[in-house]
Amino acid sequence: MTSHVMPAHSDSHSSADNYLTASKGFLSWAMTLDHKRIGLMYLIGTMTAMFIGGFLALLLRAEHLSGTPGFVSHDTYNQLFTLHGAIMVFLFIIPSIPGALGNFILPVMLGAKDVAFPRMNLCSFYLWVFGAIFFVGALLTTGLDTGWTFYTPYSTNTSQTNVVLATLGAFILGFSSIFTGLNFIVTIHTMRPPGMTWFRMPLFLWSLYATAIIQVLATPVLGITLLLLAAERMFGLGIFDPKLGGDPVLYQHFFWFYSHPAVYIMILPGMGIISELISTFSRKAIFGYRFIAFSSMAIALLGFLVWGHHMFASGQSEMVTIIFSALTFSVSIPSAIKVFNWLATMYKGSIVLATPMCYALSFLFLFTIGGLTGLFLGALATDIHLHDTYFVVAHFHYVMMGGTLVAFVGGLFYWWPKMTGKMYNEFWGQISALIVFVAFNLTFFPQFVMGSRGMPRRYYNYLPEFQVYHVLSTIGAFLLGFGLLLAAIVLITSLFKGRKAPANPWGAATLEWQCSSPPPLANFEKTPTVGNPYDMQSVVWDPDTESFVRRGEVPIVPDESEQPAHA
Amino acid sequence: METFRNLLDPFPSQQSTFAANVDAIYYFIFWLSTFFFVVIVAMMCYFVVKYRRVEGQEPEKSPSHNTPLEVTWSVIPGILVLGIFWWGFTGYVDMRSPPAETYDINVTAQMWSWQFKYGTGAVDAELHVPVGTPVRLIMQSKDVIHSLFVPAFRVKQDVVPGRYSGLWFEAKEVGTFDLFCTEYCGQKHSDMITKVVVHATDEENVTEEVPQTFDQWLEVASDPLEGGRIPLEDAGKKVVGMFGCLQCHSIDGSKKVGPSFKGHFGQQVETRDGSVLMDENYIRESILEPNAKIRQGYDPKMPSFKGAMKDEWIDAVIAYIKSIQ
Repeated sequence: MTSHVMPAHSDSHSSADNYLTASKGFLSWAMTLDHKRIGLMYLIGTMTAMFIGGFLALLLRAEHLSGTPGFVSHDTYNQLFTLHGAIMVFLFIIPSIPGALGNFILPVMLGAKDVAFPRMNLCSFYLWVFGAIFFVGALLTTGLDTGWTFYTPYSTNTSQTNVVLATLGAFILGFSSIFTGLNFIVTIHTMRPPGMTWFRMPLFLWSLYATAIIQVLATPVLGITLLLLAAERMFGLGIFDPKLGGDPVLYQHFFWFYSHPAVYIMILPGMGIISELISTFSRKAIFGYRFIAFSSMAIALLGFLVWGHHMFASGQSEMVTIIFSALTFSVSIPSAIKVFNWLATMYKGSIVLATPMCYALSFLFLFTIGGLTGLFLGALATDIHLHDTYFVVAHFHYVMMGGTLVAFVGGLFYWWPKMTGKMYNEFWGQISALIVFVAFNLTFFPQFVMGSRGMPRRYYNYLPEFQVYHVLSTIGAFLLGFGLLLAAIVLITSLFKGRKAPANPWGAATLEWQCSSPPPLANFEKTPTVGNPYDMQSVVWDPDTESFVRRGEVPIVPDESEQPAHA
Repeated sequence: METFRNLLDPFPSQQSTFAANVDAIYYFIFWLSTFFFVVIVAMMCYFVVKYRRVEGQEPEKSPSHNTPLEVTWSVIPGILVLGIFWWGFTGYVDMRSPPAETYDINVTAQMWSWQFKYGTGAVDAELHVPVGTPVRLIMQSKDVIHSLFVPAFRVKQDVVPGRYSGLWFEAKEVGTFDLFCTEYCGQKHSDMITKVVVHATDEENVTEEVPQTFDQWLEVASDPLEGGRIPLEDAGKKVVGMFGCLQCHSIDGSKKVGPSFKGHFGQQVETRDGSVLMDENYIRESILEPNAKIRQGYDPKMPSFKGAMKDEWIDAVIAYIKSIQ
């Protein structure tokens, strides 16, 4: 341990040193400016939202055991699918990875003490809380029955539910997302340590950077759209309602101009996590670093040009439809590049199936299906048949849940020892990954078949011929709920029973594994100098500390030409 | 075994001239995707086994990038998706290019029923079309966005209020097929389903399921009273069916979206602003101006049928309602 960048191991620290124990009391959390505590609060918040959204999903699936009215009414069903979608999208998937894992890991990965604007960071979390309160307000008063997409004119002149309350919630959550994005962009630009050039940045940071650009550029459009919607509903301003001289399809253009790029806000950070996991657990440098980094940026930019593919059947002009179809296929290329690069990373690696890697391999399987089924929806002739059927529902769950959620859980297992200082039970972690994987396919694969056969989405009653698929899907959904609950139990149990986590249990070479677990309040005593984030051979297993440690000196020291980014 | 194969068959039968091409594109993408998926997963599993970690042994050196390889696996998928785009695009252009001669039907969508109107004045809640004839639907919505979807025909088009939307198809076989609303339109969205009835164009080809030719059906539908040859209440029952009234009104006294047809004729009923005698005049007013007097406990959700339901048809509906008290 001669290197000055290598802080002492966690076990040589007194327990008062880390960020969890540095101060106590409610206010020390509520008023904290520490990115790690804010990350943890985001984690608790978004996980709570996920379990509420998941519970609503299970109620939906239970109702679908038969195609005739079951234990909920028409109206309740419509509110269930609306709130399931809205809560999952706005309160969970969009904020989860950047808000929870990004907030915690990004500054540590940069060797920095915090994000660029810690107060704005705390504000972003409180905006999330206020947004959530609005949603819960809608849930507990009238419910919401417009679908998470708030399509006009139903949402402005027909729905009897409290649409304004929910749209204001989404509006506030938008600002939360913008603040996080802005913070990350500035932090990455100005706070990289000496030696960390753009192309020595871990790929998780590239993906968060690409995500942040979308958050900052696209979210304001949603904010404006939702304000116009609320103005039409409250004051009768004619924007979208044809009775008032408006155009309902205009709303769809505005909405998807945000909500399609938002799909990449959801998936890009997940892809970033997968790049870290596959590289670490294959003990090998990521293959084709630059292609992966550029593909994140390509996805972020191309993602702005394809919103019209949600509207192939809406009555937008044929020419526009054809152009959007062509552009849509262009987004598939950077995604394909990533999949091939991840595979090539495993080639000749030293692969260990630790829990995070199990989730990463699940991701690879599920995301590939999600991506390939997108081809059916990008092609015009087939999309006309499949649009607004369960095929679409299955497709975006494979991407959003099989992709983002699985990556999130994988990332959580990966960074959990760093965040909490505790190791979880590896065996039960792997079992949870297996259950989630099997149950996920059982839930959503039948939905591809019934969608192809014409089962429309958002249907309370359905024709008897679809029942067998619905029953399979419902069984899968309950198993899936169980798998995720098991994952949560494994993690929570570790807090009480887990053994103490070493600084670097996995052998990763990125900076966050150089500080102790959990990190001290200021992360690093001295700004570390960095080399290649994927030089796995720079760390070796040390049986004494049961941790990977740096092999001698830092292998790459920055030369004269590599100025610190913030110099 | 047959049932099992049927469960996995992804498509309903091909009943329009578009269907074969749509399915061909679907299967092309399906097999292409299956190929790539199998290769990716097989390599993944092979690597996991072959390169599993051995304690104390570092992996052998391998390159961290290979630009020609990476360009190759960017360009090949690029070419393939370009092909998919092209095929999907040409299929779509066919769907949007109706021939010069079509049989036109006006469609009105409203929460939560369909109304199909024919040139002869016929109206029906089901879509009746002649087989082997290009049919064009000219669609409008009275309230929110709906979408007309016939899985067997592989066609779908949103029906947007404030404008006409068009859709065309040519049915290949005589039969009855499902027609769904696929744009969420509120409470009873999932009940906004009806049938497409494809009729033969000559007597020889009628089937047990669809026993009338299209012309025979059209003649009767244009005149539900059948020139006065059938009792007025029977004609009223037909009109009620043509307009889809039973989506919202029951005939057994139970409450649906609207009040039941049974039980209150000749009585005072509570309205939001007082009460009204439920007589012939109230029924007529409710059909033409449904929001004039709303019954207590119900929402103003009914659309007006002014201009669609002829005077003598309204007489028949009144006779039918009186007959089921």
